[in-house]
Amino acid sequence: MRWIPVWRRNMLVWRKLFAASVLTNLADPLIMLFGLGYGLGALMPSIEGMSYIMFFAAGQLCTATMFTASFESMFSGFSRMHGQKTWDAILYAPLLIDDVVAGEIMWAASKAWLTGSTILGVVLVFGLADSPLLALLALPVAFLVGLAFSAVGLIMTVLARGWDFFSFYMTLVMTPMMMISGVFFPAERLPAPMLAVAQALPLYHGVELVRPLIAGRLPEAIALHLLVLLGYAAAGYFLAIRFARRRFAE
Amino acid sequence: MNALTAKGLRKSYGAAQVVCGVDLAVAPGECFGLLGPNGAGKTTTLKLCLGLIQPDAGEIELLGEPVPRRAREARARVGVVPQFDNLDPDFTVAENLRVFGRYFGMRPREVEARVPGLLEFAGLAGRGEAKISALSGGMKRRLTLARALVNDPQLLFMDEPTTGLDPQARHLIWERLRRLTQEGRTLVLTTHFMEEAERLCQRLAIMDHGRIIAQGSPRSLIAEHIEPQVVEVHGNGYEAWMERARALAPRVERAGDTVFVYADDIDPVLRALAGETQLAYLHRQASLEDVFLKLTGRDLRD
Repeated sequence: MRWIPVWRRNMLVWRKLFAASVLTNLADPLIMLFGLGYGLGALMPSIEGMSYIMFFAAGQLCTATMFTASFESMFSGFSRMHGQKTWDAILYAPLLIDDVVAGEIMWAASKAWLTGSTILGVVLVFGLADSPLLALLALPVAFLVGLAFSAVGLIMTVLARGWDFFSFYMTLVMTPMMMISGVFFPAERLPAPMLAVAQALPLYHGVELVRPLIAGRLPEAIALHLLVLLGYAAAGYFLAIRFARRRFAE
Repeated sequence: MNALTAKGLRKSYGAAQVVCGVDLAVAPGECFGLLGPNGAGKTTTLKLCLGLIQPDAGEIELLGEPVPRRAREARARVGVVPQFDNLDPDFTVAENLRVFGRYFGMRPREVEARVPGLLEFAGLAGRGEAKISALSGGMKRRLTLARALVNDPQLLFMDEPTTGLDPQARHLIWERLRRLTQEGRTLVLTTHFMEEAERLCQRLAIMDHGRIIAQGSPRSLIAEHIEPQVVEVHGNGYEAWMERARALAPRVERAGDTVFVYADDIDPVLRALAGETQLAYLHRQASLEDVFLKLTGRDLRD
């Protein structure tokens, strides 16, 4: 639990910059949700027995959570580690780089969870969920999606030598992943090899869990989806610590 | 028992040996200075002593704790002032102290009780709500020093505590550091300001190329390593005069267009200079800087 002061430090800064932070993390995905959901959705037939906005809400919840987690762990994390040397200062205290990495991942996941849960709140308020009670089960899923992407994002951060490094991950990994993970259209429409790629990545599994919950039924293969998300979180955590130790041993 | 002991410390990065066999012993309550040109291995030595990096060989004991094995426990009773300020720009002056105290596992009330005293120590009383960006270089340095004291440490590591400060700010830092030694705290500082080392440190180690090449009190280092009298000579014809000086003094050195003449008995040199009209000269006592330059050479270090 030594990571808590690190988490708390980031939370206190976030609280100060609350307005700007909320605007970028929430307004953007909500504008997308309603713009695409109602705008594009008006032209669409129902998908898998639900309206397009309802279908898209699950994808947008997971995508927005992914983006918040990734931006926080990569751009904000790198700024704290590299620009401000905040990590160096923390290491003078009786904390190890492991504690800093854990605190950063937990913080980015918490912030991402807030994005996910606020979108869920909007979904509930607009009556886009069939069973509000079942939909609430998307809350822990959102945290897990946040945790997975925070952990992977932090690997990028501790490996990065400059800001450019993140564009590779964003452009080559995150954007294509968003397109094939069933966010905008059912992933099952994809050619089999592409679907296989999607199934090897975490976002797909988040969407597969959240979509049925919003549609008012329990997801299939819950354990598998949870395991993949947990696996990414755990592998990301251990690799991030490993690379961070190497970087800070220099 | 020593506050800090290091034996046979070694650290390489690839083929570059940064620290090659350093032995240190710092007594409790002492102000110990690690002197050396840029790239001598001072900062790496400090990081090794703090357990922030793993030594390739050697033993370290910091406040009775073996480092790096129990570095966490040792660091709980140590403060660090880094070479470059890394105050948290997102927080105010007081918040920097509060947040830092929490990294040590201190309770909110414990930290809060220490904040006014630390602000006073930093000369920032009443400025607790100021933003970091509004502080001068000297104020930032003092706040960094106050931050290092938040856990009431027995020992402080300071990496070039006054680099980049103007004389007023530097003197204020020196006054604060003396106050800390009077309180019984042990100070370990690196510097390349000889004046700073002479004023503050009871004992010094001069480091170059990863090795400690001399150790002792400022006075004993001067007595041991250099002739006590110096004449600096420059002006037209200094080169010809340099040849004459060699017959009059045991050590004659040149740096750029200045000749340094070192001797136990400087009178023959001064008499010879009295007749020279083209040359300007300055006669003074040898200082730690002369020792430093003799031991580490006059070549530029970049």
